[in-house]
Amino acid sequence: MTPEELQKVAIIEQESQEQYDHRIHVCMAAGCLSNRADLVKQQLEKQIAANGLERRCTVKGVGCMGLCAAGPLVSIQPKGIMYQEVKPTDAPDIIQTLDKAPIERLRCDTAMPFFKEQKKVVLENCGLIDPERVEEYIAVGGYQGLLKALTEMQPAEVIEEVTRSGLRGRGGAGFPTGLKWSTVAKAQHPDGRKFVICNADEGDPGAFMDRSVLESDPHRILEGMAIAAYAVGATQGYLYVRAEYPLAVKRLKQAIRQAERLALLGNNIFGTPFSFNVDIRLGAGAFVCGEETALIASIEGKRGQPRPRPPFPAESGLWGCPTLINNVETFANIPPILRNGGEWFAQIGTEKSKGTKVFALAGRVKNTGLIEVPMGIPLRRIIFDIGGGIPDGRKFKAVQTGGPSGGCLPERFLDMPVDYESLMQAGSIMGSGGMIVMDDTSCMVDVARYFMEFCMSESCGKCVPCRVGTAQMHDLLVKIIEKRATDSDVRLLNELCDMVQSTSLCGLGQTAPNPVLSTLRYFPEEYEALVQAGREREAAGSNGSAMHVAPQLKPNSTQPQAHVDSEVTP
Amino acid sequence: MTRPSVPKPAGVAQPQVVTLRIDGRDVSARSDETILSVARQNRIDIPTLCYLDGLSGWGACRLCLVDIKGTPKLLPACVTLVREGMEVTTDSPRLQKYRRMVLELLFSERNHVCSVCVSNGKCELQAMAQRLGMTHVSLPYRYPRLEFDSSNDLFRMDHNRCILCTRCVRVCDEIEGAHTWDCRGRGIETRIISDLNEPWGESSTCTRCGKCVNVCPTGALSQKGTAVAEMTKRVTFLPYLTLMRNSDEP
Ligand SMILES: Cc1cc2nc3c(=O)[nH]c(=O)nc-3n(C[C@H](O)[C@H](O)[C@H](O)COP(=O)(O)O)c2cc1C
Ligand code: FES
Repeated sequence: MTPEELQKVAIIEQESQEQYDHRIHVCMAAGCLSNRADLVKQQLEKQIAANGLERRCTVKGVGCMGLCAAGPLVSIQPKGIMYQEVKPTDAPDIIQTLDKAPIERLRCDTAMPFFKEQKKVVLENCGLIDPERVEEYIAVGGYQGLLKALTEMQPAEVIEEVTRSGLRGRGGAGFPTGLKWSTVAKAQHPDGRKFVICNADEGDPGAFMDRSVLESDPHRILEGMAIAAYAVGATQGYLYVRAEYPLAVKRLKQAIRQAERLALLGNNIFGTPFSFNVDIRLGAGAFVCGEETALIASIEGKRGQPRPRPPFPAESGLWGCPTLINNVETFANIPPILRNGGEWFAQIGTEKSKGTKVFALAGRVKNTGLIEVPMGIPLRRIIFDIGGGIPDGRKFKAVQTGGPSGGCLPERFLDMPVDYESLMQAGSIMGSGGMIVMDDTSCMVDVARYFMEFCMSESCGKCVPCRVGTAQMHDLLVKIIEKRATDSDVRLLNELCDMVQSTSLCGLGQTAPNPVLSTLRYFPEEYEALVQAGREREAAGSNGSAMHVAPQLKPNSTQPQAHVDSEVTP
Repeated sequence: MTRPSVPKPAGVAQPQVVTLRIDGRDVSARSDETILSVARQNRIDIPTLCYLDGLSGWGACRLCLVDIKGTPKLLPACVTLVREGMEVTTDSPRLQKYRRMVLELLFSERNHVCSVCVSNGKCELQAMAQRLGMTHVSLPYRYPRLEFDSSNDLFRMDHNRCILCTRCVRVCDEIEGAHTWDCRGRGIETRIISDLNEPWGESSTCTRCGKCVNVCPTGALSQKGTAVAEMTKRVTFLPYLTLMRNSDEP
C-alpha cells in the first residue's frame, strides 16, 4: 500500500457513502445487540427491499452510540436523527418516514446534555463507521497517523509528539505514556527483540470502555499499536483480550486480516523498512491478568501471577525482552495525536491530565452508558447533566470510581474536577473508567463488602497479605453487616487495610483496601450504626437489657473514626 | 512457573561493584546481588519464609520486605537487586508489625495445630513466630476443610499445614526437573497440586526424590512413618545442586 493508494481507498469509500440519500446506522455493540438490534437491522433491510429503496438507502451496523440504556439505537444520516428503543416492528414506520418528519414517539433528543456535554476523541468513530470494514475507517482518516509517523517522522520524533500531548496511561495508574515509550525505546536486549502489548483484559466489574472501542473501532487500536511499535523499535505486537469479549475478538481478528491484506500490517509497511505483526492472545477470565506482569506471564504460557517489579516490563518483559504495555484507550488516543499533533491534544483537559476520558456510567442515573468527557469536568456535570440525575426522585449519595481499586466519594466532592490528582487526593482513583452512582438506598458498608469479595476471589493467591488479608477483611465486613461486630473488629479492619495496602505484591492487593478506606472515611456513621446495633444486641443477649451501653463504648468515643482520618491512600 | 521467575534485566553487561548502606552500615556488593544476599553476607538477618538459597526468588511471603529510602513502596529483599547508594532499613517497628501480621494471617489461614504436627519443634513457620514475637493470633481462624494426600508410598501431603510458599514447586521444577507440583485455583482457594490435580501416588512425573519434602518449611510435606515432632528436614543438598547446575551452564 502506498500513500496514494490509501488516499484512493478513502475517496472511493467516501463517494460510495455519499451516493445514498439516507444512511441508517444501527448500533451493533454489545448493549444494543442484547436488546436484539440484529433483528432491527434485518427488518430495516427487508423494508428497504420491499419498498425498492436499495439505491437510495443503506443500512449498516455500527459501534456503540453511547446511550446504552435506551438501546437499540438507530441513527439516520446525514440528517442526524436518532431513534431509541427501536423494535423490529418499528422498521416499516422508519422507512416510510425517511423523507418526512421523524417519528416523535421513537425520537431521541440529540440536543440533550448527554450528547452535548461530551467530547469525542477516542470514541470519535464509534457509532459512525462499520467496524467490520477497514475502508470505512480509512475514509474517516484512518491509518493517516501511521502514514505520517512512518514517512515523515523519526521514532524519536513520534515519542516527542506523544510526550508533548501529555497523554497518560488510561489503564489505571496514569503513567505518562511518552515517558514509558522512551524508556522502552532506550532499553536494549542482546537479540534485539522488543514487544508491544495492548492490554485489553478489562476486568473491572461494570466497566466496558475498552470493549466498546474494540468492538466499534478495532482498526484504531491496530494503528495505535503500529505507531507505538515504530516509536520503540518493536516488530511484534500482542493483543491480550479477555475471552469473555467474543465480539471484540471476532472484530479484531477480522481487522488484523483486513489490515494485513492491505499491507497496513506485515512487512515493509507503506514501503518503509518498518515491519509489524499483531497476534491475539485470549485471557481466561482472571482479573489479575490485567496486571502487566501477570499478563506477560499469561502470554508466556505460565500461570497468570504477578511478579515483583522492578524490573519493570519496559526493561525486562515478555520473554525477558523490553516490552511496551499500554491500555486499549491509551492506544486509541495515539492516531489522533499523530494526525493532529500533540499540542492539539494538550489543549483538552487540565494542566496535568490531558485529553478526554471514557467512562462507563452505571448505577442509579437516568442515562447509563458510555460517555467521553474532557478531563477536569466536574463530577456534577457528569452525573446530573450527562447522566440526567438520579431516577425515581431519590437523593444522590455517593459515586464510586476506579472499580475495586477505587473509592466512594460523597456529595461534597461533586464539584471536584475529574482528573488523576483530584481523585487520588479525595481517596479514590481514576482507574480505568468505571463510574457507579449510588442513591440513598445503598448501604456503603455493603458496597465495600462487594468490592472486597471481588478482590478476594480475584486475588491470584501468591502473596500472603492479598490472599489471606482480603479474605479476612471480607469476613470482617460481613460480620459488621450482620451486626455481629465489635469495636475491636473495626480496629482490626483498619489495621488490615493498612497492612494489605503496604505489603501486597501487586496493585490488586495494594489497592484492595481502597473501597473500605474511603467508605470508612466518608461514611463512618454507617459503620458505627451497624456496630452500635451489634453492641446493643450483645448487651441484650448478655444481661437482658438492650439499653445498657458501656460508657467507654459510646458512639463518638470509638477508635475507628480517629483512626481513619489519618489514613492515607497510595 | 519456570525459572527464572525474576527475569534478569536484559542486556545488563558485566555486574559492577556498588556500595550501599544497610541499617546504617556501609557495605559493598555486586550489582547482580539481591539485598537479602548482601545483608546476610554482612550478618544482617532479614526474616524469610518463601525464599530458599539455591531456588529462584519468589517474593510472595512478604516477610523480607524492607524500606528503601526514596522508594514509596516496601520491597522484598529476596528479589530486589542492590543499587549504588541505596539506603536500606531492614528493621523498624512498622516492618515488625507487618511481619507479625503476615504470620498471623498464615496461622489463621489453615489448620496449623502445632501440638499434633510432625514438624513440631522443627517448623520454620513456628520458629519464625517465636523469633518475631508473635504472641497470639488476633484474627479469627478460618478453619477450612482441607485434604490430606497419603497416596504416595513414601511421603504425605497435608494441605492443612501448607503456606503456599511454593518451595516444593520450585525445587521440583528447577532442581529435579520434574515439575510435578504446581498451583491450582486462585486467592484463598489456591492449592498445591501434583500433575493435573491427581493423587500424588499416581503421579507419572514424580521421581520420589523427596526434595520437595525436605524444602517444605512446615509439616505440609513429610515422610511417612514419622510421628509428632519427628520430621527433620535436610536442605543442605541445595547449594551443592545449584552449584553443579550453574557450572554446567555455558
Ligand atoms: C489487578 C490489576 C488489574 C489491572 N487490570 C487492567 C486492565 O484490565 N486493563 C488495563 O489496561 N490495565 C490494567 N491494569 C494496569 C496494568 O498493570 C498496566 O498498568 C496498564 O496496562 C498500563 O497501561 P497504560 O500505561 O496505558 O495505563 C491492572 C492492574 C492491576 C494491578
Ligand atoms: S522471602 Fe522474600 S518474600 Fe518471601
